[in-house]
Amino acid sequence: MMFRLEKRPSPSRFWAAVTPVLAVLATMIAGGVMFWLLGKDPFETIRIIFWDPLFHETFGPYSRPQLLVKAGPLILIAIGLSLGFRAGIWNIGAEGQYIMGAIIGAGLGLAVYPTESRLIFPLMVVAGGFGGWAWAMIPALLRVRFGTNEILVSLMLVYVAEAFLASVSQGLLRNPDGMGFPGSRNFKDYPAAHNGEILAGTGMHWGVAAALVAVIFAHVLLSRHMLGFQVRLSGGAPRAARFAGVRPARLVLFCLGTSGALAGMAGLFEVSGPAGQISIDFNSGYGFTAIIVAFLGRLNPLGILLAGLLMALTYIGGELASLMLGIPAAAIQLFQGMLLFFLLAMDIFTNFRIRLKKPEAA
Amino acid sequence: MDLTSINPVLLVASLMVAATPILLAAIGELVVERAGVLNLGVEGMMITGAVVGFAIGVNTGSPALGFVAAAAGGAALSLLFGLLTQYLLSNQVATGLALTLFGLGLSSLIGKPYEGIKSPTLQKLDLGPLGDLPIVGPILFGHDPMVYVSLLMVLGVWWGLKHTRAGLILRAVGENHDAAHALGYKVVRVRMAAIAFGGACAGLGGAYISLVRVPQWVEGLTAGAGWIALAIVVFASWRPWRALLGAYLFGGVTVLQLNLQAAGLAIPVEYLSMSPYVVTILVLVLISARGRHGAPGALGRLFHGTG
Repeated sequence: MMFRLEKRPSPSRFWAAVTPVLAVLATMIAGGVMFWLLGKDPFETIRIIFWDPLFHETFGPYSRPQLLVKAGPLILIAIGLSLGFRAGIWNIGAEGQYIMGAIIGAGLGLAVYPTESRLIFPLMVVAGGFGGWAWAMIPALLRVRFGTNEILVSLMLVYVAEAFLASVSQGLLRNPDGMGFPGSRNFKDYPAAHNGEILAGTGMHWGVAAALVAVIFAHVLLSRHMLGFQVRLSGGAPRAARFAGVRPARLVLFCLGTSGALAGMAGLFEVSGPAGQISIDFNSGYGFTAIIVAFLGRLNPLGILLAGLLMALTYIGGELASLMLGIPAAAIQLFQGMLLFFLLAMDIFTNFRIRLKKPEAA
Repeated sequence: MDLTSINPVLLVASLMVAATPILLAAIGELVVERAGVLNLGVEGMMITGAVVGFAIGVNTGSPALGFVAAAAGGAALSLLFGLLTQYLLSNQVATGLALTLFGLGLSSLIGKPYEGIKSPTLQKLDLGPLGDLPIVGPILFGHDPMVYVSLLMVLGVWWGLKHTRAGLILRAVGENHDAAHALGYKVVRVRMAAIAFGGACAGLGGAYISLVRVPQWVEGLTAGAGWIALAIVVFASWRPWRALLGAYLFGGVTVLQLNLQAAGLAIPVEYLSMSPYVVTILVLVLISARGRHGAPGALGRLFHGTG
């Protein structure tokens, strides 16, 4: 061994900030090689993914608003997940909470159709948050009461939620005027329940606004509030946290509950806005991609904001690349997975010093 | 509804087939966890194995070669996890999740050209008159070779862990890596070997789905089988024979709900297809309510040996 790893007393702030940038660059290089292997020009592909969605003269005006539409749910979910990840509580079933939030929230809106009232949409948001919260309470309560592994339970519940979604979109919530096609009424035709753009042509809908509010709240919580301190302490030093009087059960309920509620709200914003209706496949895996966003943003609210925008860019850029160059959509998923790998690999610089080993004295 | 259409003998025979992919993946992950490593990327390795095995099986016309390639593919992916967690000391939970997301992307990229093709089928073992025996024939002697391989694997892992020196070292590393290190065992090397074995098993399990059980390639084919394998390791309290029990129990639920769907039970299909996942949760709860018995002492903990 030429190198020796020396544990840093505390993670390096410099490297924590630099590694995401390095990871993105490494992903671009590895992704370029992948695109080259797929028989495409790597430089052109990388440009189409990262540059053209924002600055291309014909596609830009169409894709720029999409940036916020895609980043909104990713940020909202990732903020919730990051609280738990910091405390060592692993909610990886955000996708299920997202679906359940959308179903409960949209269900409320569809139940009162066609009443017109300003209260309907806010109530739907609350119901969506409740749906996600309740779904997350299942793993939370099981962990608190029986010590059941929350990773496996929250993940299993994604498949349960997907089956439930398939059931309601063909049954309970199916559009009665839809001539038997699966899928609910479209919220675009129901103004009181529609999550429209706040500023026309920007992609800024209420979900994006909620994501920004969540970023600010999480930042204040983690830096100024006792609960945020407890979250950070539990992740960093669980033993010290117990001595400091942190009640682990309360923290589990708080972290899973918050992330569930935020994921549920994200689902409602999506289904009542960009997706428009409850359908078998309205969910597009945001709950899983948000895990990457949370790590890429270093579990830090402001970092997550930037990471969410970047990840949204790869989505839009990926669509553009598949349109223009015929690159399969799965390549982008692989690209996103690679990014997380490089990031985790480079974390060694954050947590360890790398020293050259001096040759042993003879 | 016509419950008489469900034949109990065929039910048992087909539950063994349904359980085999999960059993293969679970027995591999069991070894990994006994070595003290938590690899949450089973789903990613399984689906990669599924697509690699299918592609090689279709291109060469030989399912056996498909299985070999699947094991190699799963092992290769798992070594990526090993490199990150054992040498670059990354968080095992996060890296396992990354492996799953990466594997899902990789598999759908590789699998695109293979959608809608049928794979060459694995021939059933011809055991002559044994297969024609009533009841026992279809259950014990009417399967393809991989079902027997998976059972032999359970036997081998049980024997290996309990009665060989290598198994003893592996368990020592998993229970207390610092003590094992102090005794001079190569903790990282032992763990890398265990991780590769787990990856190969997960790959075989995935290929069993794409080459035998379904048998074709669709995106997201494994549908959570890897996660269920992880749950079965917990259910089994890290013991090989209980993993067999868990996998067959799960296979039973899966096959039974499919049979009930076919028999036209008055419960909607969606609720029946939820049932394997719900049962898994219930089983996890029951096991955890009894306390955390049998988990390896160093499971999921970072090892940083100095010197």
